[in-house]
Amino acid sequence: MRNALGSVDTVLLLGGRSEIGLAVVERLVRAGASRVVLAARGGTAPAERLRELGAEVHVLDFDASRPETHPALIEEAAAKLGDLDVVIPAFGVLGSQAVYDDDPVAAARDVAVNFGGHVSAGLAAARRLREQGHGALVVLSSVAGVRVRKANFVYGSAKAGLDGFAQGLADSLHGTGVRVVLVRPGFVIGRMTRGMTPAPMSVTADAVADAVVEALGSGRGTVWVPARLRPVFAVMRILPRDVWRRMPR
Amino acid sequence: MTPLTGWGRTAPTPATVLRPRSADEAAALLKEAGRRGVVARGLGRAYGDAAQNAGGLVLDCAALAPSWSLDEETGLVTASAGMSLHDLMTALLPRGWFVPVTPGTRYVTVGGAVAADVHGKNHHADSSFGAHLRSLRLLTADGTLRTLGPGDDLFWATVGGMGLTGVVVEAAFRCVPVETSRMRVDVRRTRDLEETLEVMTAGDHDYRYTVAWIDLLARGGRMGRSVLTRGDHARLDELPPRARRDPLAFGPRPRLSAPPWVPDGLLNRATIGAFNALWYGRAPADRRGLIQGVAPFFHPLDGVGGWNRMYGSRGFVQYQFVVPFGAEDTLRRIVERLSRAGVVSFLTVLKRFGEGTPGMLSFPMPGWTLALDIPVGQDGLAAMLTEFDGWVAAAGGRLYLAKDSRMSAATMAATYPRLEEWRAIRRRADPDGLFVSDLARRLRL
Ligand SMILES: Cc1cc2nc3c(=O)[nH]c(=O)nc-3n(C[C@H](O)[C@H](O)[C@H](O)COP(=O)(O)OP(=O)(O)OC[C@H]3O[C@@H](n4cnc5c(N)ncnc54)[C@H](O)[C@@H]3O)c2cc1C
Ligand SMILES: NC(=O)c1ccc[n+]([C@@H]2O[C@H](COP(=O)([O-])OP(=O)(O)OC[C@H]3O[C@@H](n4cnc5c(N)ncnc54)[C@H](OP(=O)(O)O)[C@@H]3O)[C@@H](O)[C@H]2O)c1
Repeated sequence: MRNALGSVDTVLLLGGRSEIGLAVVERLVRAGASRVVLAARGGTAPAERLRELGAEVHVLDFDASRPETHPALIEEAAAKLGDLDVVIPAFGVLGSQAVYDDDPVAAARDVAVNFGGHVSAGLAAARRLREQGHGALVVLSSVAGVRVRKANFVYGSAKAGLDGFAQGLADSLHGTGVRVVLVRPGFVIGRMTRGMTPAPMSVTADAVADAVVEALGSGRGTVWVPARLRPVFAVMRILPRDVWRRMPR
Repeated sequence: MTPLTGWGRTAPTPATVLRPRSADEAAALLKEAGRRGVVARGLGRAYGDAAQNAGGLVLDCAALAPSWSLDEETGLVTASAGMSLHDLMTALLPRGWFVPVTPGTRYVTVGGAVAADVHGKNHHADSSFGAHLRSLRLLTADGTLRTLGPGDDLFWATVGGMGLTGVVVEAAFRCVPVETSRMRVDVRRTRDLEETLEVMTAGDHDYRYTVAWIDLLARGGRMGRSVLTRGDHARLDELPPRARRDPLAFGPRPRLSAPPWVPDGLLNRATIGAFNALWYGRAPADRRGLIQGVAPFFHPLDGVGGWNRMYGSRGFVQYQFVVPFGAEDTLRRIVERLSRAGVVSFLTVLKRFGEGTPGMLSFPMPGWTLALDIPVGQDGLAAMLTEFDGWVAAAGGRLYLAKDSRMSAATMAATYPRLEEWRAIRRRADPDGLFVSDLARRLRL
């Protein structure tokens, strides 16, 4: 249970090796969370560091591309943790648009992870949280989905779908005691973007994690990281189409 | 679903709230509980999440068969669990009887008083509520109504058991005879913490009721300066002649009500500081034999209805711990740290505890207890209180479940040595874990 000062006790990370996800979990553990499930492909995840911080850590096998396994995975995590205080689906793949252009099947496969996997895992988690009457679901959207660019429109459109899904889910959970925290990071320098030239206003996984933890505490429903991306995208969203089309990346 | 919080108005969670009016109705409603279980609620005066059950069922017991009876010979009162101490005082005082223990508010139910094994200003002399209980009627998970006495281990798992063994439906306890409804009170100011501890240690046993209010914002040489109020029930011949005509009169009404909406941050360092200075400054240096009503003596805060709203939308936490006698250093360290950190606490109360009860999760033990109210939002509050938890645990002390809204399951396990024993009894009475609350989940009881 979340306590009066906002610390939580249990955390479930789906995509148990995600850089952003682990940075959030580490902060929650430092603030008092005592039980963690890391769910990752192949059932291996860096649990040691969290254990050193005093948490009890379980590692489960989880594949985002197999939606039929998601409800059981959520129940298994709840059996390990008790009530789920915070659920963070942090899995995702950032493929290259050029590759997708030549390999439509690969594109569909990644969309199934970036969007479909979040739908099945998100709904399974939401069902559990709704029954609990409390808990928070952290959804890692992206500015790439706020206005989709030609440079990565497969990834971007999946994120746009996810963003809409999270908004609808948040509204459907209103009044149930369950919260959705919708996070819209810009370019995050790290593992997922290795080898790419950072876009303007890029941030680190740590900065994203700080913002997520702040939002979990304050009750904010939507977070942009960095915060100034919000006014920037208010403008981006209304740029005329022929200007937007010329965005270099 | 109705969102519920405790008195501190933190961490709301929704539950289905049903109001049984009789034991039979309560038994029937237990069947409505689903996977998320059920817990009883009284008047919601516990500060944290004890009477909440996220996603589950909460039985609001405040309307549970309001009935009571008094044996005029022995002072034995049998009251339904939904009766408030306010109602009981209104009924009993004119007949010359007073409840054996009253917390700092009269607006608690008998069920809540049992479940938290509440203590009052007379703990050093009379122990807590459980010590005066003769019997309990408890509705358990199997739907049966059991009559329990101090010889039953389920009785002592229920006293202080925070509603997790079942629904208390009725309780019988011994009241104390009084000649008047007034108190004879001595008020005294102390210079600093050392003098406060000294004066209390030396003189508490001369009074049935004692408490010290500490001015936490006083620093340096004045750190821990306090106003001590100590008193006894006034005898008839101690009342002024006019009051003797109706010596047992009791009819307090809430005089003020906090506005329904209060701007956040109204109670801040400046306003609380001013209040504290005023309170200390207006207290007499040493005044004896004041005659005061029961309400202003025991329940000064009940004079303002809904005062908890004054803390604004984020609410507040109450931190109450006890450390055994001999651990005064821990008490000193905490007061020092609070005062240095400039923590704003509206009311900080220090009290000496006497013997505890056999209640397995009962809070009081011989020693010093300090209680403070802190608005949520002060920087570093969570970390500081966690640090205090460690000091309190190391000193062999613990925190009060009826006030707690933030300690960890690990602190709980480390500070309540009889937790395992309590769990075993609870498991026997409720093998499927029907009774559960947010507090129980948070602390993994
Ligand atoms: C201003 C103020 C001053 C206070 N001062 C003191 C003090 O000096 N000393 C002290 O000891 N406490 C004090 N308290 C705390 C208060 O006495 C306890 O929290 C008490 O339990 C509240 O009773 P309630 O009826 O409001 O119960 P609730 O707050 O509604 O519930 C408290 C607990 O009792 C259980 N419970 C309630 N009814 C039943 C029932 N019928 N059967 C089984 N379980 C039940 C609940 O499940 C819950 O665990 C104070 C509180 C306030 C607001
Ligand atoms: N990095 C950014 O710039 C950025 C910006 C905005 C939003 N985001 C979003 O934030 C989230 C976390 O990203 P990150 O930066 O932490 O990236 P990351 O470190 O690469 O983490 C992504 C994780 O997803 C896992 N994953 C991929 N496919 C999976 C599948 N089918 N089943 C299970 N797990 C799978 C990966 O597992 P492996 O360890 O096996 O590879 C990896 O651990 C993602 O949703 C991402 O889209 C990232």
